[in-house]
Amino acid sequence: MLRIDKPGLLTTIQDQGRRDFQHVGVVTSGAMDQVSPRIANWLTGNHGSECVLEITMIGPTITFFGEALIAICGADLSPEIDGMSVRNGRSIYVKKDAILRFGKCVSGCRAYLAIAGGFHIPEVLHSKSTYLLAGIGGYHGRALQKNDQLQTGNPSALAEKMLQSFRKNVPINRRFMEQSWSIHTSFISAGSNAKKEPLHIRVLKGIHFSWFDQKSKDDFFKKTFQLSSESDRMGYRLEGVKLKRTQMAEILSEAVRFGTIQVPGDGNPIVLMADSQTTGGYPKIAEAASIDLPVLAQAKPGDKLVFAEISLAKAHQLLWQREESMKIVQYQIQAHFQGKITRNLWKGDELDASN
Amino acid sequence: MNFELQSVGDNAIMVSFGSQIDKSIHKQVSKLSTYLSANPFDWMTAYIPAYTSVTIFYDPIILLRDAKTAHPYDIVDRQISAALENLQEISADPANIIEIPVCYGGKHGPDLSYVAEMNHLSEKEVIAIHSKTTYLVYMIGFVPGFPYAGRIPKEIRTPRKATPRKRIPAGSVGIADEQTGIYPISSPGGWQIIGRTPLELFRPDAAQPSLLKAGDHIRFKPVDEKVFQDWREMDAPHR
Repeated sequence: MLRIDKPGLLTTIQDQGRRDFQHVGVVTSGAMDQVSPRIANWLTGNHGSECVLEITMIGPTITFFGEALIAICGADLSPEIDGMSVRNGRSIYVKKDAILRFGKCVSGCRAYLAIAGGFHIPEVLHSKSTYLLAGIGGYHGRALQKNDQLQTGNPSALAEKMLQSFRKNVPINRRFMEQSWSIHTSFISAGSNAKKEPLHIRVLKGIHFSWFDQKSKDDFFKKTFQLSSESDRMGYRLEGVKLKRTQMAEILSEAVRFGTIQVPGDGNPIVLMADSQTTGGYPKIAEAASIDLPVLAQAKPGDKLVFAEISLAKAHQLLWQREESMKIVQYQIQAHFQGKITRNLWKGDELDASN
Repeated sequence: MNFELQSVGDNAIMVSFGSQIDKSIHKQVSKLSTYLSANPFDWMTAYIPAYTSVTIFYDPIILLRDAKTAHPYDIVDRQISAALENLQEISADPANIIEIPVCYGGKHGPDLSYVAEMNHLSEKEVIAIHSKTTYLVYMIGFVPGFPYAGRIPKEIRTPRKATPRKRIPAGSVGIADEQTGIYPISSPGGWQIIGRTPLELFRPDAAQPSLLKAGDHIRFKPVDEKVFQDWREMDAPHR
């Protein structure tokens, strides 16, 4: 169990999303970055799809009421425990009364905290994700607040092994211990795309791409756009050059997806994100490739984006390659948990895939 | 039956049957939705019916895993086209006619007077016209359980508000051009609000979380404030 002492900017329970009721308007919600939570979960011996805390820019202060195995992946929000800096991408053991805090947002926007055993959250419509607008799912359908207490589940057998090892090795005078091996998640975000500034977002042309004038079609791929302050879990409003249509016919409402880039009357594109509505009536100029949705998820107001077109075949190839990389990561983590690997195999981005 | 398949992003395909709000186009949408609900493809993660289309979402990883050489999109296109060949045999789910009690005007319908004025009618006439028509629910979208129903008779058609409201109370009944709808949850919105229903259109704890589904028919029944309040207290979903 743990307690929220300070809630941070926007901290919510999310899992991989609410998929099954989109045909009746129930939005998917779920983690904006769908890669980081999977890794954080594996680092705590959980299934990749277990629910996590999605932490936005300003992180919460959390007191642990009992020992736990945790991990943080995604944005670097300068986590520290009992005043000492800890790092993303590794298993961390905490004892009762340890306090986790976050500091400066160094890179990215959203960090994900997983805990061995997951959070004890009831499912609503087959998911534990929080849908803020409807006030359903997650912790009572809302963002976490001061004094909220979260129950956690039982660690897996794999996590129990890791916990046993930590209990033996943790210094007596400390209330936490970091594992020595770690995962550098930058390579998972498809070729370090996440580190470039401006962010390079690969897209496929939208079904209404041809409805825009030539200048707009060129500008869409040449110019740099910026996330405005009106950017949140529903969508990112972009600023930059305005896009104009030649075809002015009205569009009847039709399905949209996480990653649809639509252009309302004022010409400023909106990238639809995890909490966007299921349908919409604005023209769709492009669709962000699924491979770059985690990159988009780590963008914050003020960040700059450029769009580049890729083919459908390439988009699928990149997804396949990433899944293959994820499988290797998952295997390596499990091998470490099982004590099969005692040396530190990884240095920075180097992953010894032959093991 | 005419249909067109278009790729949407890297994980969806849109099946279009036309480009207007039209009952026969809707029938195709309905049949395909019924088919998908009963016979989901193993690579399908979701489907979203709309006015003239059904967008089917697929998991490229499942397709790449199963068929190493073929492109995921080609497999999806082929299987959906084959299903569409047999669509005529599908009978759509039986349509329900659902009565929606509405308390029109006053604090529940802040735009009723505007709709009346724009169409040179009295508020009473607007209520009479709105409530005498049976509407087809073409699709559910925007927010959970929100029905897009049509068609509003010409006499009371009114465009959306130029500036949407930041917060519309749950149960509000609105008009936008030839569409009528009901806001199941409190949300921002730009439709002309003419009344409010005490019915719960979205029930997250129910097996069927949306009261209405595409293909249903609805009729609005005027009720007074007392009935509206009593109904809300009873908290009983209408069957």
